[in-house]
Amino acid sequence: MGEHAEIRVVHRGGSKINFRQPVISNDSRFLLCASGDSIKVFSTSTEECLHDLRGHTDLVTGVLLRPSNHLQVYSCSTDGTVRLWDFTDGILIKTYIIGHPVYSLYGSANHDGVLFIVTDKQSNKGSELFQLVALHLPQCGDQLVEARELSAVLDNCSSNPEAVAFGRLGEYLVSAKELQLEVHFFKKQKSFRFFLKKGDKKGGRNTFTCVACHPKDDCVATGHEDGKIRLWRNFHHHREYTYTTLHWHHSAVASLCFTPEGTNLLSGGVESVLVQWRYKQESQRDFLPRLGGAITHITVSPDGALFCTSHSDNKISVIQSCVKVSAVIQGLVKGETVRTDLVVDPRSKALVLNGKPGHLQFYSLHRDKLLYNLDIVQQEYIHQSGLEQFEVVKAAFDAAGSWLATVEERKQKAAELELNLKLWAFDEPAQSFVLNTTISAPHEGQITAMCFDQAASSQTTLLVSASRDGHFKAWQLAAPALTEEDEGPSWSCEFVGAYHNLVPECCCFSPDGSLLAVGFQEVVTLWSPTSWELLSTLSQPPGTIRDLCFGRLSCSKYLLGSTTSKLLCCWNLLTCSLEWSTSMDICLLLADPLSDNMAAFGCQAGSTDLFVFRPSEPRPLFSHKAVCSGSVTRAVFAPREVMLESCEESSQWLNCSQLYFLTQHMDLLTFTTKAEDDRLHASSKQLVVDDSVAMTPFYLLLGKHQDQQWKNRELMSSESAETALPQSSAAIRELLQTPAHVLPSTSFLCSMFVQSLLVSVGDPSLGEENKPAEEEMDSQKEEEDSEGEMEARVSRPEQAPSGGPAAESAAPTLTKAELRELRRVKKLDHSWLTGLLDS
Amino acid sequence: MASFKPTKIPVYPKLGEKVTQDTLYWKNYKAPVQIKEFGAVSNIDFSPVAPHNFAVTAFTRIHIYGPFSQEPVKTFSRFKDTAYCGRFRSDGQLLVAGCEDSVVRLFDVSGKVALRLFKGHSKAVHVTDFTSDRYQILTGSDDYTCRLWDIPNAVELTAYQEHTDYIRCGVTSKLNRDLFITGSYDHSLKMFDGRMEKSVMSMDHGQPVESLLLYPSEGLLVSAGGRYVKVWDLLKGGQPLVSLRNHHKTVTCLALGSNGQRLLSASLDRHVKVYSTTTYKVVHNFDYAASILSLALAPDDQSIVVGMTNSILSIKHKKSPEESKELTNQQRRRPSYRVFVKGKNYVPKQDDYLVSKPVKQHLAKYDKQLKKFNVSKALDQALVSWTRLKKPEVLVAVIKELDRRGTLKNALAGRDELWLSRLLNFLIGNLVDSRFAPVLVTPAEMILDIYYSVIGQSPVVDRQLIRLQELLEKELDYQRDLLEILGMLDTMFASSLPRKEVPCSGISRSNGLIQGEASTSRSQLPVT
Repeated sequence: MGEHAEIRVVHRGGSKINFRQPVISNDSRFLLCASGDSIKVFSTSTEECLHDLRGHTDLVTGVLLRPSNHLQVYSCSTDGTVRLWDFTDGILIKTYIIGHPVYSLYGSANHDGVLFIVTDKQSNKGSELFQLVALHLPQCGDQLVEARELSAVLDNCSSNPEAVAFGRLGEYLVSAKELQLEVHFFKKQKSFRFFLKKGDKKGGRNTFTCVACHPKDDCVATGHEDGKIRLWRNFHHHREYTYTTLHWHHSAVASLCFTPEGTNLLSGGVESVLVQWRYKQESQRDFLPRLGGAITHITVSPDGALFCTSHSDNKISVIQSCVKVSAVIQGLVKGETVRTDLVVDPRSKALVLNGKPGHLQFYSLHRDKLLYNLDIVQQEYIHQSGLEQFEVVKAAFDAAGSWLATVEERKQKAAELELNLKLWAFDEPAQSFVLNTTISAPHEGQITAMCFDQAASSQTTLLVSASRDGHFKAWQLAAPALTEEDEGPSWSCEFVGAYHNLVPECCCFSPDGSLLAVGFQEVVTLWSPTSWELLSTLSQPPGTIRDLCFGRLSCSKYLLGSTTSKLLCCWNLLTCSLEWSTSMDICLLLADPLSDNMAAFGCQAGSTDLFVFRPSEPRPLFSHKAVCSGSVTRAVFAPREVMLESCEESSQWLNCSQLYFLTQHMDLLTFTTKAEDDRLHASSKQLVVDDSVAMTPFYLLLGKHQDQQWKNRELMSSESAETALPQSSAAIRELLQTPAHVLPSTSFLCSMFVQSLLVSVGDPSLGEENKPAEEEMDSQKEEEDSEGEMEARVSRPEQAPSGGPAAESAAPTLTKAELRELRRVKKLDHSWLTGLLDS
Repeated sequence: MASFKPTKIPVYPKLGEKVTQDTLYWKNYKAPVQIKEFGAVSNIDFSPVAPHNFAVTAFTRIHIYGPFSQEPVKTFSRFKDTAYCGRFRSDGQLLVAGCEDSVVRLFDVSGKVALRLFKGHSKAVHVTDFTSDRYQILTGSDDYTCRLWDIPNAVELTAYQEHTDYIRCGVTSKLNRDLFITGSYDHSLKMFDGRMEKSVMSMDHGQPVESLLLYPSEGLLVSAGGRYVKVWDLLKGGQPLVSLRNHHKTVTCLALGSNGQRLLSASLDRHVKVYSTTTYKVVHNFDYAASILSLALAPDDQSIVVGMTNSILSIKHKKSPEESKELTNQQRRRPSYRVFVKGKNYVPKQDDYLVSKPVKQHLAKYDKQLKKFNVSKALDQALVSWTRLKKPEVLVAVIKELDRRGTLKNALAGRDELWLSRLLNFLIGNLVDSRFAPVLVTPAEMILDIYYSVIGQSPVVDRQLIRLQELLEKELDYQRDLLEILGMLDTMFASSLPRKEVPCSGISRSNGLIQGEASTSRSQLPVT
């Protein structure tokens, strides 16, 4: 792998932000959440990501504000470290090395210098037991500290961070696991355990799912699997404890949270309704319905002004005191599977895939931000487990991005299959897709493949869908009937094709749109889309065709196909014969739309290899063994915004487009070159933003403008020696910046100042006279540079053209030498002053 | 927080013909007046002068009807045998008619006895017409000849014997007194000039010609024969322009309507088709009870008169403008425009603070219940009789939505007799509708499951269940028949399609199919 060392696989974007409870800073301006192996700092008002705290080498499993300093935050990770960050500046302050994976992190203001972490028990790893331990943070100035001072608090606790909570003033700790609630009092060093029965006669399931403690009162709220909430009181005794039951949720309560004053209790679950219960008046409830996906975590800001809910669709919504959603931070939505392939929208260059249920998400890869969700199904989503919902299973764009075709599917019973094919037109004024045609039940069976005619020149757009019912259908945009002016063009079926009652598995248009290849199990059929004639058949039995791909540009005469019998075949379309074939188990084959390269992912022994090749050449351009463990399910070539100019053969294929792929575990990975890494690194350093202001697009715009002004000034100051532009601003600045006690008399300065405001006429004689002065100034500038002063902006040399004539005409009293002396004094003074400022 | 998404009511394609300007225009007629004649009505001719009486030739009589009378205002019955082709002169004073006994009779419209008898043909005369100078008569006969007669002297002027079969139609030019065109069962159309010895133009229709029609400009000629209607361009020397095949039996009669904008053709297949003369597409279609022999339109399409083989004369009068307006006036008066713009055009002043009101989402009643998860109430709201009868798609959409939510069974259960009979009524009305059937099968099954135990307790529900059963049995029979027809059609299509050998790529290197498999059949399903 030595030769490809500079190309590596990286995570780029789309990590989970709903993995753990988000944290809101004390002033409610920042929101911190664990996201993959970094911590993201968002602005609660603008939803913008301000910082990405990177440093952990594995999944971050907990974030906690430092109780003693509200500008610092602890984080823990499965890499066995706890780190302390300054989140306003994005600086790593300290790293505590624990040595075992940490699964969650707790702390309270009354336990100074102690953190409570959940780690796995070392003794028996097979049974996956977790214990809560107290971590005594060593007081040490070093950056990297080994923290080995652990003392076990609770032996058996849940790894779910919602199942442990600190009680009033940190006096006790409550932990729930399965059917057992444990309350541990720190002062008495005593634990009380309460048990519930597994279920009652009415079918209740009493397993604990989450706990929360009242901040002012001795009360513990627990959520249960059957949607009940129990409020426990009087738990200082084994026998005399009491509880009251609240029931609104119809399925498990995922998260519970008390407001800081303890007046309200918030709960949420699968229903995606935030319920606000009045403490001690539990019959009064407020609801905030339809928040999105199922609620997984609820947080309240320390001042109680903001609520924050994490949702299963990788979303955090910020809610202003249970009334309205003020901000939504949306990550890349990931379900269990991506039924639609990864598609790139040709217009916005966004990655398009399944998003929220019934939606397609448009995710910008360059900005790592969700652009928008397109509602495909347009139905109210019912949050209920076990309900069959409509799912978007196929999506395709035409070449220009003006049409989008989607297929949604709902399979209620084995026999009933509801299918809808929808065609969406891009609406220029609205900058979004608008539904044009709905075709209900376009096929009798599931649609296996769908593709648009990608030829840019073709007048009519053609869509082909292949289905399990043994047919493939061509759909075409038909002009409206003459009699009905009110309706626009709509899509209708043009052709239905079949071959020997075989099931078409894949279809592909040639890049110029003159051929359509449809793979019917073992046979590839070639059709002419203009006359719908079957032109030829190609076959390579045994093994059904898995993927079909036409070569592009210089390799457009080749058709490639991968079969299930571990064969990659390349047919020459001119001779209709097999050009070459090689024995490889290819699970995914795709062509780069911008070059003639093809990428093939091959499965081998539990990991996936990548080969990039050109159909006309026998040697692969690039190969990468073991890209990831498990199989690659989906991949796509996304065009780059800026072309790379890499000359190296191995990385040339990444010049036009970038290859993104999804692994089995739904991680979005991509390939990056060293040059690109360097560039990215450089750009991230440039982007230092004043953190007191939220980084909004508006700010970025203005900030850039300011930056440019600075640059312009510097440019001007460096060039002014030659160009002699009006230097009024510089002169004024010099005037103002020079200390008063070293300035000459005001009467003298006045004329000089006025002179400096005038635009100097390019007088040749004057110019000649200026020359020595200029040289002097240049030498002075060099001096200045060598001294390494920060005062480059003060721009001394520009005085030369304006100051020269001024001195000659209006200042016989001050000779050039004196002037120079004066300047030197000023400069000395400056260096002294800056020295003072620096120290 | 997303707002509630209301139930999507799918837009189903409208069944039946599409509503166009033409359908509205041609439907704007009153119910037809039907008059029993003595025999098959062979010809109808409108008088060119007001009040546009029309002469109806049927069996041995010619009746003249006034524009609104249902009784004939005049009858000519002095025919010895079947009369043919009673036609008015352009001044509406004289009427000419042929007869089976080969004698052509000329009548004064106000008189009773024939003014002149033109004898000379040897067989039945089916064609008679006046020339445009009003002094001559054209006749065409089954003796293969057509003749011109002088009215004052009752003498034959010219005879042409060019056709080789019966002459059954003819038309004279309205612009030139000498030109006339005849059509014959020898498939030919011939144009004659009275000043010439021979025909000046001849066209081949391909079928026995039944009817001829000249456009008012006389540049185009329309001929009907067999199943075809053909349009000929006379100015280009009789070049065929269009051939229309929209009837499935012989076309018997042609007429022009709407000032030459529309062409009408009547046929033995009991249909009258209306064509646009610009595109020659069928824009409307009338159905009649029997095979149509004759058709005429009053000027300005005031009435359509159709004569049929079962000797029924059907007269349709156009609705007067007041009558057609009555319908639109019945709509409820809406609040005036002022009500809607009230306060909308207020411009805020400089210091005003604008408080924007949140836009309230309007939801239908069933959606409001669905939002609250009240499934039974939602179904109740959709079951109100107006929606149930006028907009079945709404109820179908609600049922589908309930089914999607998995709560349809809950919504259907616990109904009393009234509600159950309403539901069953709806199912009986819409279950076999192909648009709704996939959705409605589920609730039908559920109703049978739920109420299985109470069958026999209510006579109303039992009767409806039996009706439902009959309906389904009938539908099954239909489907079986349709499948049989489809099978037959498939066989016919397969045999009619040319079999084409697809080039096989078995050229080199063991690629391609085994030769036995190589032949491919290309199936092409009709797109529905």
